[in-house]
Amino acid sequence: MRRLLLATLLVSAAAIGYEILLMRVLSIVQWHHFAYMIISLALLGYGASGTFIAVLRGRLEKNFETAFAASALLFSVAMVACFIVAQRVPFNALEIVWDRGQFLNLTVIYLVFFVPFFFAACCIGLAFTCRGEDAGRIYFFDLFGAGLGAVLIIALLFVVSPQTALVLLVLLPLAGSVLVTTMLGSRLRLGIAQLAWLALLALGVPQAHLELHISEYKGLSQALQVIDSRLLEQSSSPLGYIAVVDSPTVPIRHAPGLSFGTRHIPPEQLAVFTDGDGMSAITRYGGDPAAVAYLGDLTAALPFQLLEGPAVLILGAGTGSDVLLALYHGASRVDAVELNPQMTKLVSQTFADFAGHIYEDDRVTVHTDEARGFVARSRGGYDLIQIGLLDSFGASGAGVQALNESYIYTVEALRKYLDDLDTGGLLAITRWIKMPPRDSVKLIATAIEALRQSGVSTPGRRIAMIRSWNTSTLLVKNGEFTSTEIEHIREFSRTRSFDTAYLPGMQPAEANRFNRFAEPYIYEAAIALLGDSAGEFFERYKFHVEPATDNRPYFFHFFRWRTLPEVMALRKAGGAGLIEWGYLVLVATLAQAAILGLVLILLPLSLVRHDWPAGTGRDFGFYFLLLGLAFLFVEMAFIQKFILFLSNPLYSVAVVLSGFLLFAGLGSASSERFAERVPWPGVSPVVVAVAAIAALALVYVMVLPVVFARFIGLGDAAKIVLSLALIAPLAFFMGMPFPVGLRRLSAIAPGFVPWAWGINGFASVVSAVLATLLAIEFGFNAVILLALLLYALAAWDESVSRSR
Amino acid sequence: MKRLLLACALVLAAPAFADETDYAALRADLVDEVRVYAGYAGDEPFSDAVLEVVGSVERHKFVPPGQVRYAYENRPLPIGHGQTISQPYIVALMTDLLVPDEDDVVLEVGTGSGYQAAVLAGLVDHVYSIEIVEALATSAGERLQRLGYDNVTTKLGDGYYGWEEHAPFDSIIVTAAASHVPPPLIEQLKPGGRMVIPVGGRFMTQLLLLLEKGDDGEIVTRQIGAVRFVPLTGEH
Repeated sequence: MRRLLLATLLVSAAAIGYEILLMRVLSIVQWHHFAYMIISLALLGYGASGTFIAVLRGRLEKNFETAFAASALLFSVAMVACFIVAQRVPFNALEIVWDRGQFLNLTVIYLVFFVPFFFAACCIGLAFTCRGEDAGRIYFFDLFGAGLGAVLIIALLFVVSPQTALVLLVLLPLAGSVLVTTMLGSRLRLGIAQLAWLALLALGVPQAHLELHISEYKGLSQALQVIDSRLLEQSSSPLGYIAVVDSPTVPIRHAPGLSFGTRHIPPEQLAVFTDGDGMSAITRYGGDPAAVAYLGDLTAALPFQLLEGPAVLILGAGTGSDVLLALYHGASRVDAVELNPQMTKLVSQTFADFAGHIYEDDRVTVHTDEARGFVARSRGGYDLIQIGLLDSFGASGAGVQALNESYIYTVEALRKYLDDLDTGGLLAITRWIKMPPRDSVKLIATAIEALRQSGVSTPGRRIAMIRSWNTSTLLVKNGEFTSTEIEHIREFSRTRSFDTAYLPGMQPAEANRFNRFAEPYIYEAAIALLGDSAGEFFERYKFHVEPATDNRPYFFHFFRWRTLPEVMALRKAGGAGLIEWGYLVLVATLAQAAILGLVLILLPLSLVRHDWPAGTGRDFGFYFLLLGLAFLFVEMAFIQKFILFLSNPLYSVAVVLSGFLLFAGLGSASSERFAERVPWPGVSPVVVAVAAIAALALVYVMVLPVVFARFIGLGDAAKIVLSLALIAPLAFFMGMPFPVGLRRLSAIAPGFVPWAWGINGFASVVSAVLATLLAIEFGFNAVILLALLLYALAAWDESVSRSR
Repeated sequence: MKRLLLACALVLAAPAFADETDYAALRADLVDEVRVYAGYAGDEPFSDAVLEVVGSVERHKFVPPGQVRYAYENRPLPIGHGQTISQPYIVALMTDLLVPDEDDVVLEVGTGSGYQAAVLAGLVDHVYSIEIVEALATSAGERLQRLGYDNVTTKLGDGYYGWEEHAPFDSIIVTAAASHVPPPLIEQLKPGGRMVIPVGGRFMTQLLLLLEKGDDGEIVTRQIGAVRFVPLTGEH
């Protein structure tokens, strides 16, 4: 039995590790929103395996060990084989608007990646089904393994490439398979297969096909197509795959928002890509300011016209462009905050000579930290807080980031930045301009809201925005702009052919001089937002430009359903760029998850003989559906919420996922004893558990922002422990309703148990994606409240069915 | 037997004949579609000369074999090397925005498949085109030569500094995205000249930047986007 438990742990660890690894790999080869596809895929695998086992139960029970060992081996092989096959599917996400065949390609990828998760889940499901007497221990090893897998893969990704991490992960289920095979009498065929697979891995046969096929439309692929360009350096970690490209024949010249009137050309640069896209540049600097004089002709240079020798905080220092900008303009002190140490290392070590050792300048201090975390700990005292362009136009323009949560551009964040500024200090944010404007308008709306929430009655006197043809720079002042400052902004703009998009007291005619829109959109938006008609403006604008908040931190989400028919109609008339397709991919993923969930989980179940009492479906089907939806809603909302606190999406996924798995497992293991000890006669243990869940969740909705604000400055380890402590009680109670219901069902109608698993699995598949869609539309708190409503309904349903 | 052989020959030859006829008809349909959408970018219809050239350039000879059947659909198509051939509507619009004249000398930065250069070649005196991807530069150069576009000169190289020995240009078209407009290109544009740059991803043009250089050298740009798409409702 010990060997089986260990094998379960290994398989479970590999499954979660593989899930997180695929999220990382798909972010590199495609784009980040396919992460949601992977979560729902893993759950689909689990759901479908439950159905598979239910259908073939008799045969599998007789050959349990063989079936387990074979499944584990197949899981190990499929992890690599499906990785290779999926990368060969000619899926082009960017072409989805034009070519419906791309949906078919996406479905093929979905089905291919479903296979390994199916085999992993078969192992776990078989252990539960055939060794039900040890369900408690199996459940614990399964969940403990999952938690371990999440931690293991993140640690691995810090030291090895995703491909090597994959090969190491593959060994876990292979070891599990071998362990269970040793429990068998006859093991020849399985043994040969295991040895053959091990030999192939040892000879490096599959490894030869594991290279990542990055979409040819991502920036890195495009840069490497240019004559004589070459990859100078690459490194990978859970924070991103970084690649540095040199192009001597056709030099890189990255200077977003450079004035038409400039006489200065950027010097030699190296292009740096994160996850194959989002280009930024390291600029050659030999200490001669004249060589980088182009920096004075960017919209981002505006704040330096108003400040003398400022103390500057740069959020998102990246490749050092904004640090160089600040030094060029005579900053007295620069605090540069960058989350990814690989990026910092490029400027401070690998290419330090090239970059002119700017990070060694006495005035510069580099902090490896997340922006919000740093700001929360900061004692303030800055004259300027600068947030530059952290993404590429391509990604920004195509709506690729629609699903990226970003806590940098929320109302709460802007309020905190303003708190950290000295009186008269400036917050400067530069964004790409789209047509019609989206980011710029949302940014103004966010600034106005932040100022209003801080008690400023005349926000219009504290904001200013200028724009070139492709960038806008917003200034928010801690104080009102003086007439001299306004004149400085005018002069700076006029001499560089920039337009003043909004200035306190400006005339409309000023807004559209050099870079003409059909209408002065940004100015009109600012006037509407500063007046009494902001609500009406948001309603009428065809893109979602309401400010992002910590509860709904989707700054890049501009999609509105009612605009879709119009932009689809304009697609062939050059209007394709108006489609915010990142969101649509999520909707497509939901549709796929629902359809495939029905086909692979629920449809085959109808093949199982119906031998349960009448009314069972009514009494239990709804219950397990609600539980599946509610559990994942809470889990997904917490993953998103903890990103702010843990300062990193991957940490959040790993900690919240393992926390929920572990403590829900403990709750589940304690559920029987808990049910026996409910002190109120006639009250169902489910009702008690749900009451506890509701109370805890409601307290968290109210208290978490305060807790996060208070403790965000702690070190990573302390924050992880605190997060787990917060998750523990909630997850503990959330682990109870399922096993309590399952035990009652097993006693009344054992034949319906596979249906319960199937329905629950189906709900989980749909819920993972649905939770994100709901969070984008209504915020995380709404998702949690909805989950509580579903839990309450489940408790009510259970009580009613008990009383029958 | 002779009749049978003749019938077989006709059947075998039919696709070839059908091909030619079909492409001409498909081009005519495409032009009709593009004409309908002309008002999207303003009140002016496209010039007849531009539409005539779009209707005559054989787009199916500029796309990879696997894409030939989509050649006359009004959409961008992949041409390999991470590049695309632009949507015909966008090609027509960009060309129209340059207000081409038969005496014009035009610079194109980003040859790609050579399709845009071929369209321009039918309207202006000479097109100079620069490409940074070697494989594309070679294939587009050969293709344009083979199809008889003698007034197009291509080269492999950096387009940032324009093409000094043929400057100044009446108009410049930059088909590759850039973070900024290269100052040397502005210098090589004649006073009164026009430059067009599409902005956005490979399959989704966000907007077209039209840069006009006044006779006094002053630069003004216009963002040519979805004119018919008013971002606020109730203002149509």
